Amino acid sequence: MKLIILNDYDQASEWAAKYIRNKILQFSPGPNKYFTLGLPTGSTPLGCYKKLIEYYKNGDLSFQYVKTFNMDEYVGLPRDHPESYHSFMWNNFFKHIDIKAENTHILDGNTADLQAECESFEKKITAAGGIQLFVGGIGPDGHIAFNEPGSSLVSRTRVKTLAKDTIMANARFFDGDLSKVPTMALTVGVGTVMDAKEVMILITGAHKAFALYKAIEEGVNHMWTVSAFQQHPQTIFVCDEDATLELRVKTVKYFKGMMHVHNKLVESPPSEPKKN
Amino acid sequence: MPSNKSVSDAPITQFINCRILRDNELQREDLWVREGRILDPEKLFFDEQGYADKRVDCEGSIIAPGFIDVQINGGYGIDFSQASEDVSDGVSFVAKKILEHGVTSFCPTLVTSPPEVYHKVLPQVKVHDGGPHGAGVLGFHLEGPFISAEKKGAHPEKYLRTFKSGGLEHLMEVYGSLDDVAIVTLAPELPGSQSVVRELSQRGITVSLGEHRVLLLVSESVSVQPGRFHALSNPSVSAVVQFHHRDPGIVGLLTSDGIPAGRAVYYGMIADGIHTNPAALRIAHRAHPSGLVLVTDAITAMGLPPGRHTLGQQVIEIQGLHAYVAGTKTLSGSIATMDMCVRHFKQASGCSVQEALEAASLHPAQLLGISPKKGKLDYGSDADLVLLDEGLHVKATYISGEEVWRKGQ
Repeated sequence: MKLIILNDYDQASEWAAKYIRNKILQFSPGPNKYFTLGLPTGSTPLGCYKKLIEYYKNGDLSFQYVKTFNMDEYVGLPRDHPESYHSFMWNNFFKHIDIKAENTHILDGNTADLQAECESFEKKITAAGGIQLFVGGIGPDGHIAFNEPGSSLVSRTRVKTLAKDTIMANARFFDGDLSKVPTMALTVGVGTVMDAKEVMILITGAHKAFALYKAIEEGVNHMWTVSAFQQHPQTIFVCDEDATLELRVKTVKYFKGMMHVHNKLVESPPSEPKKN
Repeated sequence: MPSNKSVSDAPITQFINCRILRDNELQREDLWVREGRILDPEKLFFDEQGYADKRVDCEGSIIAPGFIDVQINGGYGIDFSQASEDVSDGVSFVAKKILEHGVTSFCPTLVTSPPEVYHKVLPQVKVHDGGPHGAGVLGFHLEGPFISAEKKGAHPEKYLRTFKSGGLEHLMEVYGSLDDVAIVTLAPELPGSQSVVRELSQRGITVSLGEHRVLLLVSESVSVQPGRFHALSNPSVSAVVQFHHRDPGIVGLLTSDGIPAGRAVYYGMIADGIHTNPAALRIAHRAHPSGLVLVTDAITAMGLPPGRHTLGQQVIEIQGLHAYVAGTKTLSGSIATMDMCVRHFKQASGCSVQEALEAASLHPAQLLGISPKKGKLDYGSDADLVLLDEGLHVKATYISGEEVWRKGQ
C-alpha cells in the first residue's frame, strides 16, 4: 500500500485529484479506449471533485472518453431527491464537466428487480473492460461503499440493509431526522472493488482515524471491510494529518518519509502542444 | 456535442456563465431551455442522456424572468385609451418597443373612458403570446370608470361611474366584453362593489382596489368592507401615504391580519423617482416586501425624445424623466421604463438585486395568478428571460427561449 499523508483536507483533496488526472492522461483515453473510473459520494470526495472540475475547466483534463461507475445508491429514494446519489453526482461533478451521460453508471435503487439491477451492473463493468481506478472512502465503522461490518470480503454488487452507524452518519443529510434516511442500499461488493486494477481510498478527519487504524494496522477482518485492500496489489490511501491520529508514530514517519517519492506521481504532466 | 434525446427532437439551448434568479436568490447555475420552456438538465442527463445543441455565453450576466408590466397606458406616442381603428397596431408597436426594457408580458391599460371607447378598443386586442414581434399581451387592465370622484386623480370626472343595480351586468354594458381583460380597477367604497368584486374574481379577473397612483391589487376576492379603506392623501406628484393611527388606510391593509389565509395582497408602485416618494417606497417595501409590484403606469409620452410633443388634446414637454403639461410644472404622468423603475426601486429602498427583480417579475405574475408559468425560472416555466448587467441594465431579452432583442443591434 501507499499511505499518502497531507497536512489538511484541501491538500489531500488536491493530491488525490492530481493523481486521478495523471492516471487518466497517462492512459491516453480515446474513442476505442475508455478510462474506467469507480467513484464515491459523501463529503470526503467533494474537495477532490472540485479540483477535477477545475482541471477540466483549465483544459488540462477531459472526461469525454472516461466511463464512470458509482459505488452505491439508496433503495427507494426518488432519483431526483436532493439526497440521492444521482443528484449528488450531477450537482457535484457531472454537470460541471464534459462527460457523456451514457458513459456514467449509477445503480438504480428504484427498479422493480433489485437483484437483476445488481447483476446487470456487474456485467456492465465487465463489458467496459473492468475498472482502472476505483476511488472510495471509508465509513467510521471501516466500511467501503455500503459493505457494512460483517460483509463478505468477496462480495459482489447486491442489496444491503444499512447499519445503525451508517444511518446515523447519513442523518445529517436528511435534516437530522433518522426516520427520513433510507434503510437499504445497492452497493458494489468488496470483491467488486478488489477486481479493480488500482484502488484509491480517501480518508480525512479525526473521526475516521480509528477506522484507518483498523484498516491498515490490524489484520484483514470482515468487521472492518476496508482492511480487505491489504490484499490488493495496488492500493493507495490518501489522508490528512487528523486521519492518522490513531496510527503508530512509526507508520506515519515511515510513509511521510516516502512523500518525496510519492509526490512524483502527482507532478504536472509535461505540456503537450494542443491539438487543433 | 451532438444531442441524443428520447423525449423530443427539439433543440436545446444552454445559457452558461450566468447568475440566475431562482428560489429567491441569485444562483451560479446554467439555464437550459427547450421548446420555449426551462428544462431540467439533470432529468435530461439521466433520463434522456441528452445535452445542449447550442451554448449561449452570458459573460457573467444576470438572468431574471422577463419583466411583467401590469399598468402601462401607452408609449411612443401611442395612447391605448384612444378609440382608433388600429388599436391593435398601436399595442403591437409598444409591445415591440418595450422588449428593450426587459418587458416580456404586459397589460395594456385603459384609463376611465366612455363606453364607446371600451366597445371599440377591447375587441381589437386579444390575449396573445409574445415573440420576436413584441411582448405578450396578458389582457387589458381597465382602470376605471368605477372609481370614486374623490380619488380620481387625472381621470376625467365626467366619465366616472357608480354601480347601478345588477352590478356585473352594468359593468358589462360599460365595457362590452371581459374576454380579454386581466385586471379591473375599481373603488371598493362604491356601493355594490362587493358583489362585483366577487363575480369578477370568479371569472379569473384580478380585482384592483383603485387609488390613483398607488394601486392596491388584490388577487382573488378579498371581502371588501366599505369604509375599511380610506383615501390616501391627495395623490399629488409625490404620493405621501397618510397613516392615521385610527385609520391606517392602505398601509394598514398591507399589514392587516384580516386577510384570509391563502389570499395575498399586492400593491403597485411607480418607482420612477418622481411619482412615489423614496420614503414611501421604503415603507411599503419594509411593510410588505413580497407584495410589491413595480408598474410603469407609463403614459403616451414614454419613449419619446426630450422636447415638445402634441399627444391627442395635450401638448407635453419632456425634460429628462419628467413629462410636464407644456409651459407648466404640472406632471402629466410617468415616462420611466420598467428597467429604470427596477434600478430606481433598488436604489431608493435599499433592497437586494433579487428583491428588485422579483418586484418586476415574480410578484406581477403571482398577482395575475400566472406563476410559475411566468415570472419564474423554474423547470417548466416559460423561458421569458431578461439578461442584465451588474447595474441592472438590460443586455438582451428572450421570449420562449428565443432572443427578441439585444443591446447594440
